[in-house]
Amino acid sequence: MATTISPAPPAPPATRAVPLWRRMPAGLLFTLPFLVFYLAFLVWPTVSSLFLSFFNESLTGTRGEFVGLANWTEMFGDSAMWSAFGNTVYFTLLSTPPLVLIGLVMALLTNRAMPLRWLWRLAFFLPFLLPASVVALIWVWLYQPGFGLVNDTLARLGLAEAGWLTEPDLAMVSVVITTVWWTVGFNFLLYLAALQQIPQHLYDAAAIDGAGWWQRLRSVTLPMLGRTTGLVIVLQLLASLRVFDQIYLLYQGTGGPNFAARPILEHVYTTAFTNFRFGYASAISTFFFVLIVTVSVAQLKLFPSSSNSSNSSKER
Amino acid sequence: MTSVRAWNLVGLLVTAFIAVLWLTPLLWAVDTSLKPEGETTLVPLTWFSDNFSVEAFQRVFAQSDMLRWFLNSTVVAVGVTALVLATASLAAYGFSRTDFRGKRLVFGVVVAGIMVPPQVLVVPLYDEMLALGLIDTYWAMILPQVAAPAMVFILKKFFDGIPRELEEAARVDGASILRIFWQVVLPLSRPVLSAVGIFTFIFTWNNFFWPFLAVSDPDLMTIPVGLATIQSSYGLRYAQIMASAVLGGLPLLVAYVFFQRNIIRSVAHTGLSGT
Repeated sequence: MATTISPAPPAPPATRAVPLWRRMPAGLLFTLPFLVFYLAFLVWPTVSSLFLSFFNESLTGTRGEFVGLANWTEMFGDSAMWSAFGNTVYFTLLSTPPLVLIGLVMALLTNRAMPLRWLWRLAFFLPFLLPASVVALIWVWLYQPGFGLVNDTLARLGLAEAGWLTEPDLAMVSVVITTVWWTVGFNFLLYLAALQQIPQHLYDAAAIDGAGWWQRLRSVTLPMLGRTTGLVIVLQLLASLRVFDQIYLLYQGTGGPNFAARPILEHVYTTAFTNFRFGYASAISTFFFVLIVTVSVAQLKLFPSSSNSSNSSKER
Repeated sequence: MTSVRAWNLVGLLVTAFIAVLWLTPLLWAVDTSLKPEGETTLVPLTWFSDNFSVEAFQRVFAQSDMLRWFLNSTVVAVGVTALVLATASLAAYGFSRTDFRGKRLVFGVVVAGIMVPPQVLVVPLYDEMLALGLIDTYWAMILPQVAAPAMVFILKKFFDGIPRELEEAARVDGASILRIFWQVVLPLSRPVLSAVGIFTFIFTWNNFFWPFLAVSDPDLMTIPVGLATIQSSYGLRYAQIMASAVLGGLPLLVAYVFFQRNIIRSVAHTGLSGT
């Protein structure tokens, strides 16, 4: 600041002597670079998504005509939208319990001293590091009729082979199996980190009271994992609702047999990038956005202690 | 006592069984990639072949743009990670240690952004990139992924926990705030910076949806996007498909072997940031 203490000459305008960035508070300068990205690529798209949903926008780059609520009324009567919505909810309900439970079991198993523990932990976590495309390539190969490893194994066990990627009833089950294999390692790590935070003296006290393995699990471990479980469930719900990558890749964008595996994000994708209806696609994604924010806010209400919680880390 | 040992053995067996189940798809992919094309679909399936070779890998390198995709993924992931570390740590320090009008409000808006799922924004984002003329450039893939409010939140929480006395001492010595940030705060923050960096890198490296939309030029595709195109182009050549899958997954798996501890810590740390 200051500079213009020079006495006589009335006014070389102070604004020129002090450059703009010097007159801004330091804190604003620190946050500015991030805020530019944040406003341009998060806040603006959020606002413009709502805005676009009132226009008959197509992919031409020119602004379409204002159509009021037409996109919204069309959406609420669109059976393809509702079936994709139903598929998304179905996937979420089907995938969340195994993803949470198996992650917990893996963590409980490998939190004890045992031979080759590093190897078991590695095996559980490795798939999480693979890109969705690699996961899809491997599982399409595993699910092949006749010469796929899954069906071959079923046949050897004397069980019936199944059309994992061709049966409408199995379409989503196959996706869930693949997803559990791929991403359970993340929940496993969250649980493992939480288990390592439990103070040893609680177990010592329980042991003195003569508590066995089952008793210690029930009265020490599980209660101490309560908060983590709440967090894992919410993160998993949010991640599962956003399912797209593995489904799109497993079914090559077809939505699966009878569209039985087309999630809502794929419906948005098809509407925008195959049918070129940006305005309508914006209405659907805004609706979906509201749904996800509702789940997030419900989480804040349900688990107030972990307030501003979480992150957007899980995208799968 | 014997019952304890028996239980330990049961635990070990169950663990090993699940681990084998989890490793089998990966091992089967590697196994298939090493077989000659004609043997991959022979029923009954077998894990062994008299003719293991790396021929499928050679053909992938000769016929696909794998190396190009690897280069593109590196450019995008390194670019995003560097920009996130720079902008998020500056912003987090600003929110943690400085004061300006409206700071609380601005921080509130940033934290609210953590709830916004990026996948929901692809349509307006594409519209925006089209208007900016950035579709089919590295920038289209890099810029939107830099807006990571969760990372600002994690870093701010860490900075909040650093005792202020250290910075006061430097200030008495006449250091500017930028210098304090650079020479005092950042060196103390190495663990959290590496957690944020590693997590951002892994996430960007594997990101599929947005790069898949932002780029259609094969010369700009990242590994996940490029691999999405090969299922149809290779038809039924499973050894070649699995060789591509193995190559596509390898970079991060190799990195994992080297940085195992850091990676586990960073995933656990960033994942649990709310608690």
